[in-house]
This record gives sequence, structure tokens and C-alpha cells, in this order.
Amino acid sequence: MADPLHQFQIQKIVDLPDVTLPGLGPVDLAFTNSHLAMTIAFVVVVGFLALVTSSAKVVPGRLQAVGETLFGMIDNMTDGIIGHDGRKYFPFVFTIFLFILGMNILGMFLSFTATSQLAVTATFALLTFGLVLVVGFVKNGLGFFSLFWPTGAPLVMRPVVGLIEFFSFLLRPITLMLRLFGNMMGGHIALKVFAGFVATAVIGAAGWFGILIFPLSLGMTVGLTALEFLVAFLQAFVFAVLTCIYLNDVVNLGHGH
Amino acid sequence: MEAEAAKLIGAGIAMTGMIGAGIGVGNIFGNFVAGALRNPSAAASQVGNLFVGAALAEALGILAFVMGILIWIS
Repeated sequence: MADPLHQFQIQKIVDLPDVTLPGLGPVDLAFTNSHLAMTIAFVVVVGFLALVTSSAKVVPGRLQAVGETLFGMIDNMTDGIIGHDGRKYFPFVFTIFLFILGMNILGMFLSFTATSQLAVTATFALLTFGLVLVVGFVKNGLGFFSLFWPTGAPLVMRPVVGLIEFFSFLLRPITLMLRLFGNMMGGHIALKVFAGFVATAVIGAAGWFGILIFPLSLGMTVGLTALEFLVAFLQAFVFAVLTCIYLNDVVNLGHGH
Repeated sequence: MEAEAAKLIGAGIAMTGMIGAGIGVGNIFGNFVAGALRNPSAAASQVGNLFVGAALAEALGILAFVMGILIWIS
């Protein structure tokens, strides 16, 4: 049986010469399968939105309805969670949602899932965390630190609760990164393991037990594939919702509680 | 016991952290359905909260999973 972790290996498709950057040292610029998957996702997302909006009508057709549903869903979400200022942050949330959704769904069709790479999800988490920090300091100045001063708690408890809040704030990018990475990687490993059982049963390596193993693991593979499509959408949605919640914390600081 | 065997057993034990995540996610969805049956008209507005709660509870199980993988491949 093939190693279930083999699908996560980065392979070079086109090897380009290394570039030496000042301060960073040599950087490998090879065009890898991760790069290819992200490029396809980018092209699919941009192409889909261009197709949807190219012949926009007042009464939407099928394709336009799909695009409008996605757009409306994120628009409702930013408005509902962040409130009046939500429209300003809509482009960021919509971009990150569609890109993650594109990569997750393409991972079900290609042999490689870009979001199962820690480097990719870490980049998204750091982008979100960085935006929260920048918006927080630009909008509130040093009042940003009142985020860690819970006025609802008794005075004696405030430093303790504030310290816990501070550390949970610092943990946000890590959980954001690990949730997406763990879900995509875990799902694809489970798929591959059960698919491996099917292969083991079919080639007769399990003897007569194969008759029992084959239908069970094939059914499991089909079920898990369906579940993975749900997870692919759900994780992109959860990432977008959490981005909105974290932005809401700093946008409506002091009068959102 | 060989070090390799101890590592694999450790990775297996690390996976028990998922029990808690399973209980947590089950609790969230169970309580959501219970609440939705009492007041179906309010259920649709709480679906966002439902998934955020499930995602937060699930993250801890994912942490256990990542730990297990790290122990396994290290």
C-alpha cells in the first residue's frame, strides 16, 4: 500500500534557478505542484467571477444566481457580524473565502491540496491576524489594548482575565492555521487509508477476508468523499466567519459588547 | 521497550484527545437541535453561531491530531 502521506509532498514541476535575496539567503524559485494548485484555484475563482458578471441581468440566470448567492452570503455575514462598517471589510473576507474554497474543492479533484500545506494556511492566518492588528491600531490607537481589559469582570479579577484574553488573542492565528490544515490533511489521510484498504482487498493480499473488507471500505471511501466536500465548504466558511469575528472585536471596540 | 514502539504508542495515546472534541461537537449539535425543535423560527439565525462553536470545539481535537502526527513522523 502506498504511503498515505505521499500526497502531501512538494514536487518540482519546472526547476528554476535559485535566486539569492539580500538578507534572506538563497531562495528556491522552482514551480512546484503546490504552486500549480494555487494557480489553478486563482484562475478558477477569477474566471468564475468574470463569467458570472460578464452578462449580468436584472433577473439572474442559473450561473449568475450561484455567484450572487455566494456574494450575498458573505455580504450578509460581514454586515451581520461587523455591523455598519462591515462593507469596508467585505473585499478581504470574500477574497479569502473564495480562494480557500477554491483550493479546498480543487483538492478533491487534483492529487494535491494546497490548503493541506502548513505554509499556505499559515500565510492566510498571518494575513488575517496582521489585518486585525493594523485595523485595531489605526482605528483605536493605543486604546486597542482595552481589548484585554474586560470591564464586565470584577476589578480584582480583571488582570487575570485580561492575561488569559491576551494569550487567547495570541493563539488565534495558530488555531486559525491549524484548523484548516488539520481538517484538510486529516480528511485526505483518512480517504487515502480507506482507499488503500480497498486496494489491499482487491489484489488479494488479505485473503478471503477481502470479500468482507472490500464493500465496507469502498462504502466508507464513498461516504468520506461526500463528507470531504462538506468539510471543504465548511472550513472556508468557518475561516471567513472567524475573520469577521476577529475584525469585529477591533472595529467595534468598546461599544460592541 | 524499543524507542520506536514507545513513539507509536505515544502517537496513539495523543489521539485520545479527540474524545473530548467528539463530546464537545456532539453536545453543540445536540443542543442546537433541541433548541431548534423548541423554537424553529429562531433556528436559522443561529446557524452561524452553531458552526463557529463547532469549529472552536473541533480545533482542540485537531490540535491533538497534529500532536499525534508530529510524534509519529518525528
